Amino acid sequence: MTGISYLLPYDFSPLTLLSFILVLVFYGVGLQNMPKETRPGSGRIITFMIGLMLCYGVMQTRFDYYSQYMFFIHRGQHLILHHLGPFLIALSNPLPVIRYWHSQTGEKTRLLFTPVGWLYHTLQQPAIASFLFVGLIYFWLWPVVHFDAMLSRDLYWVMNWSMLLDGLLFWWLIFDSRPPAITKSLSYRWRMFLLAVVAVPQMVLGASIVFSRGMIYDFYEVCGRAWPFPPEMDQLLGGLITWIPPAMMSALGILIILRRTMHEDGKFTTPLPATGGASL
Amino acid sequence: MTPAHCTQTRLWLSNIVLSVLVLLLTGCAQSQEHWNGKNISGLMPDLEFSLTDETGNTVTEADSAGQVRLLFFGFTSCPDVCPTTLSNLSKAVRQMPEELQKDVTTFFVSVDPERDTPERLRNYVSFFGERVAGVTGDEPALRKLAKRYRTTFGYEEPDAFGNYEVSHSAAVYVFDGAGNVRLLFRSDLTAEMISKDLTALVREQKS
Repeated sequence: MTGISYLLPYDFSPLTLLSFILVLVFYGVGLQNMPKETRPGSGRIITFMIGLMLCYGVMQTRFDYYSQYMFFIHRGQHLILHHLGPFLIALSNPLPVIRYWHSQTGEKTRLLFTPVGWLYHTLQQPAIASFLFVGLIYFWLWPVVHFDAMLSRDLYWVMNWSMLLDGLLFWWLIFDSRPPAITKSLSYRWRMFLLAVVAVPQMVLGASIVFSRGMIYDFYEVCGRAWPFPPEMDQLLGGLITWIPPAMMSALGILIILRRTMHEDGKFTTPLPATGGASL
Repeated sequence: MTPAHCTQTRLWLSNIVLSVLVLLLTGCAQSQEHWNGKNISGLMPDLEFSLTDETGNTVTEADSAGQVRLLFFGFTSCPDVCPTTLSNLSKAVRQMPEELQKDVTTFFVSVDPERDTPERLRNYVSFFGERVAGVTGDEPALRKLAKRYRTTFGYEEPDAFGNYEVSHSAAVYVFDGAGNVRLLFRSDLTAEMISKDLTALVREQKS
């Protein structure tokens, strides 16, 4: 295989390509046209692009092939789709770009999007958001479901997209840039609590895979591995990836929120009038 | 949010919950149909291939239309999985009622075309009875077929004697006479269990 072919998708999905292009175009055009004073700096733009490219990379390059036929690489793929990619995208705070597009949208289009808004607000309830975040990991790693998802092309795409969208929702809730002191965003205490709460079941799941004696995920045994590799080692590595990095990301998230708490301590003594962001 | 909005949201949410319940229930109903193998109906595309048979001629799925087809990926130098699976399959076919046996064909797809010439393939599959057909192709054709059935294969670096290990699927994909994917046999099934499933499948399409 040549270098270029590693960058080409293993299983080309026009819908995925189109979605990423649309996000890029909306982000780029938004940046170009928005007022200079609200435009994100280069550090934030780079963070956004790295997050976006990581998600694209694990879905539409040769990485996807290895994810389909090696359990531990599959876990790496989900670590990026559900954690690292959305973490970086949310941390880069593209809210000004979203606000710009919101201001450009006509009244009728906004009405059309009202149901999406309801769904969004329902899913962003702290209890629902954290249940979904952990629940999806457990659901797709439930051996019977995992087997079918790896076997069926359609289910496989549903799995990966659901992980990505849910990751975006969760980390967006955590890194919401609107200060809770003056807006309706979730309080910092709640955010840190959620991060700690979601880490525990992930660690339990990861550890139970690592310490399992038998083969839990026999899909890779049944349908062949990308290269000859000891099955126990594959499962062990996959368990470790499910266990340790997500817990570390929760810890990192708590540190970032803690820094924000200290930074904003005493900054907003008198509640300012809410600035449009509350509608998002 | 106005009360009207609240009612609408509730209605919409209850619709979603209902749809999920219906999905779950139909899922349960489907699994009531008893097969020893795993029922994978609808999870994969229909049978379709164009490969080379043991005599060097092209063979496609149309040549065996109307039969229950079993697809198994392997290689003739395989030390364990392939001979065990193939002998288990041929044993299962021999246990079927005699008049139904000719309605089952097993395709042993060699994913090691470098070593498995048609002749070598012919010698190998002849050990496992006449209902087994050896087929192979060039690597791109094999990759395409493997991808279609969500499987893969890989080669180890050859040792000093040129021997190498090949990773491949251990599952047997079962298609009915119309070419629809039906079952997946894992290696833990006994010949009796496989035989029962195959008999039921053949009878189903004869009725």
